[in-house]
Amino acid sequence: MSRLTRFAALAAVASVALTACGDDNQDAGSSSTSVVASLSTVTGDSTAVAPGGSTAGTVGVDGGLEMRAKIISLSPSATETLFAIGAGSLVIAVDDQSNYPAEATKLPHDLSGYQPNAEAIAALKPDVVIHDGTTELEAQLDKVGIKSFIGAAPKSLSDVYAQIEQLGALTGHVGDATELVSKMTAEIDVAVKGAPQNPGLTYFHELDNTLYSVTSASFIGQMYALFGLKNIADDTAGGNDYPQLSAEKVISADPDLIFLADGMMGESPATVSARPGWSAITAVRDQTIFTLDADTASRWGPRLPELVKAIAEALTKVPSKV
Amino acid sequence: MGRRGWFAWFLGACVVLVAAIVLGAMIGPAGAISKANWNVIWNLRLPRVVLGGIVGATLSLAGASYQGVFRNPLVDPYLLGVAAGAGLGATLVFATGLSGSSMALTASANSWPIDPLPLAAFFGGLAAVLVTYLVGASFGGSSATLVLAGVAVAALATALQTLILQRNNEVIRPVYNWMLGNLSSAQWSDVRLITPYVAVCAVVLLLHRRQLDVLRVGDDEAVALGAPVARVRLTVVLAATMATAAAISVTGLIGFVGIMVPHFVRMLSGHSYRSVLPMSMVVGAAFLILADIPSRSLLGGAELPIGVVTAILGAPFFILLLRTKRAGV
Repeated sequence: MSRLTRFAALAAVASVALTACGDDNQDAGSSSTSVVASLSTVTGDSTAVAPGGSTAGTVGVDGGLEMRAKIISLSPSATETLFAIGAGSLVIAVDDQSNYPAEATKLPHDLSGYQPNAEAIAALKPDVVIHDGTTELEAQLDKVGIKSFIGAAPKSLSDVYAQIEQLGALTGHVGDATELVSKMTAEIDVAVKGAPQNPGLTYFHELDNTLYSVTSASFIGQMYALFGLKNIADDTAGGNDYPQLSAEKVISADPDLIFLADGMMGESPATVSARPGWSAITAVRDQTIFTLDADTASRWGPRLPELVKAIAEALTKVPSKV
Repeated sequence: MGRRGWFAWFLGACVVLVAAIVLGAMIGPAGAISKANWNVIWNLRLPRVVLGGIVGATLSLAGASYQGVFRNPLVDPYLLGVAAGAGLGATLVFATGLSGSSMALTASANSWPIDPLPLAAFFGGLAAVLVTYLVGASFGGSSATLVLAGVAVAALATALQTLILQRNNEVIRPVYNWMLGNLSSAQWSDVRLITPYVAVCAVVLLLHRRQLDVLRVGDDEAVALGAPVARVRLTVVLAATMATAAAISVTGLIGFVGIMVPHFVRMLSGHSYRSVLPMSMVVGAAFLILADIPSRSLLGGAELPIGVVTAILGAPFFILLLRTKRAGV
């Protein structure tokens, strides 16, 4: 089956790109609904969790789950958030990509959010499963009386905060969630304000060495936009938030900064500089190439300020222009 | 092999199928059947077993029928472009966010009475084969032109699919999962959805098993014998295609079964289509049910795509069988 082989190759490339850009934000591109809309879908369902609502059984007095409720998180971002808002004790299992915080990795973590096995999930008898809604898992879990919380990839920073607050409402940790959001807001604010003001700088965010990138419409792109940076992928056609660029395009766009989200795949400032023709790029000449942590550069959890700080830090290394 | 001979094999295959169903119902990550987990078994595991059986039977029957019609042992049910067309349909649904199983765009998906994904895959597959048939027929309609037309249509559909994916690479993962085929999302609604199509097509195909035997002598000879070759070919291809399209519309592309099971069956019980067709159904059903057990159990919390299991388990076994059979001749 040669087409399957070809397809596998294509998918391998893509999965590399997607791993780099996020464990479960592959749907960021076409998910035009915000997490709020996703949640209302959940609440519209008769058996769904209604934050602040009064679905019988597992929903507690303050609208959150009772303390005995059991949560499975198939979203690394949600896992980080749950532990950060003090709801980690409700989590009974996580997916194989949830590697933070360390407490989470002590839980059963062989479930897959990519290839969810509904029976394996149901066997752990959770009350709520947090997943990205990309598979038919929701309908299957519904059949066995397990609720779904759709933690879809956000489109903006306010979506990120909204999802954290929804997780707070879900678990009865509203106050902790609000506190986390204000802490993140403050940290991001400080990082952005403290960064050198250098408007008009251009950047290229590399997801993998086949030059998949992000546009400013993507959630990651918006973190750069906080600093007024210009994304060289923005003028690509097709309305795709995760376009694949050609080397020619990158070289001719001549970015001032290059951010590598594919460091764990062996790319580094050295390998980028050595690529044929890339020496003409300003970022290569100035050596303003920065390797990002692939996890914080793709998750919409409590560690998001770390990505913003990494960008701010990079900006201090840019030689001042005439 | 005489009638009595293959019938013994058929009964044996039925016993294996029953055993496969029992094993399939008993083994899975949720553990053995008990009152406590009956809910999980009934809603999540049994639909897989039943759907696996239906799809395994369908793909094997369709594969055997295709092989008969084209007198070519290397043919699988995807020959005339049904897989490429179904893949294109599925990709379109994923890319436009229409599928209830894709993204969180459930607002739009909720307005659909049933999931648009199997519908698009089903009609995509049928449309591709229809185009193949029209193109092939306009150039004489021999089996060679049909196959060539199928290659062209499949190439076109695949190219369109690749183009769509390139522009919507956020859906590559769901599409890739679909292409590999899986029973992991099986629900009773899937079983209800495809059973009518599959049942009607299976009856039609089984009724043509004698004509397929006549076709084995070659088109000209079959015509000389008074067989309505063109009509038989059209009917069999349409029925096999519709059954295949229905099956893969809910499971994605499951390979290997459609081409290998009929061969396996021939080695057991002879080459007559009177035995090959019914035997293929039973053996195909049992094979896929058994292959799905490691698919859902081996990795604990994750799924091993069923296509991987069918090939890894099936291929060496098949080669071994081929060797023994050769040595015995």
